[in-house]
Amino acid sequence: MTEFFLEHIVFIAVLTLTGLAILFGAILGAASVKFKVEGDPLVEQIDTLLPQTQCGQCGYPGCKPYATAIAEGKANINRCPPGGHSTIQSLADLLGVEAIPLDAEHGVEAEVKTVAYIHEDLCIGCTKCIQACPVDAILGAAKQMHTVIVSECTGCDLCVEPCPVDCIDMLPVEQTLSDWAWKLPPSTREVLGNMQAQDFIGSDRDHPS
Amino acid sequence: MTELFAILIATVLVNNFVLVQFLGLCPFMGVSTKLESAIGMSAATTFVLTLASVCSYLVNSLILQPFGLEFLTTISFILVIAAVVSFSKMFIEKTSPILYRVLGIYIPLITTNCAVLGVALQNVTKSHNFFQSALYGFGAALGFSLVLVLFAAMRERITVADTPTPFRGAAIGMITAGLMSLAFMGFGGLVPT
Repeated sequence: MTEFFLEHIVFIAVLTLTGLAILFGAILGAASVKFKVEGDPLVEQIDTLLPQTQCGQCGYPGCKPYATAIAEGKANINRCPPGGHSTIQSLADLLGVEAIPLDAEHGVEAEVKTVAYIHEDLCIGCTKCIQACPVDAILGAAKQMHTVIVSECTGCDLCVEPCPVDCIDMLPVEQTLSDWAWKLPPSTREVLGNMQAQDFIGSDRDHPS
Repeated sequence: MTELFAILIATVLVNNFVLVQFLGLCPFMGVSTKLESAIGMSAATTFVLTLASVCSYLVNSLILQPFGLEFLTTISFILVIAAVVSFSKMFIEKTSPILYRVLGIYIPLITTNCAVLGVALQNVTKSHNFFQSALYGFGAALGFSLVLVLFAAMRERITVADTPTPFRGAAIGMITAGLMSLAFMGFGGLVPT
């Protein structure tokens, strides 16, 4: 029986190829266990770039789920109004894609940073804003007056909607000496992105002499 | 030593796999629109090509030749390359998630990069030994990386240049590749083969 197999080169060929396939399969199987990726490190990196307002304006329940969706390619990078243009730019740099304008469907970027302010004489103590706040920046109890912890508020607007007596306003944060900073210059990529080919090289066709 | 140096020069410049032997043109045209991804692709291909060259040499000399199965080189090399590419994919995913994000769709494409199979098969026909095979694969990858990065840098400039409309996009890319190929033909005869 063995001689019969060894005499026919076809059998040796088949056996060799099968053996090779099994060998490589075993190596790859071992490698997939050894190089198993626990969680996605990319999700963590995206998550640190997001503003952590947990506001949900992107359509995901928080910054981490949105980061996961970006990493899986299910969501665009332009759905974060609190982060605005600078977040989109840093996400684009991290992921190596083109920066795209903010998706207006998910809200517009606030011109100035705002915090919530509760008109305390109007507040009826319903606790609805407390439940809406994603960062626990509102202090208060049932039938007691509520107030906003200014240093914790991310200005996400989520508490304005549930208030039954409309006593919450978004007030712009006044700039003080301690938080004033120079505006960052536009990055090279932003400048280049706004230019057309004609801006770089003069064309004879466009300006016939 | 001189002979090994000659192999390196010959594969990088004189017999450049892309521009002189016209192998691996698909990634050469496909991944050269951005310098960043071209560099990543070069790194991934260098890793895979060297490893595949060594592995296919081992398979050929330890398994195929003793059994007289030289006619199986092509199919078994394809098997080797596929395995090496899968391994590299896992390795890169673990070690560099950003590179993986950039190269995600290109890593499996290395399987069909004919330069990889070309190197493995030429190792057999030129009857290289183990070290020569490794060097030949590494040199081929270096040559591939060199022209890919050069070409990507040029294409980045070309995209903002005032190209006549009919030549825009792939057309001017092809012409540029042809001119680069002509330039590399000038290395012919640098190393006696």
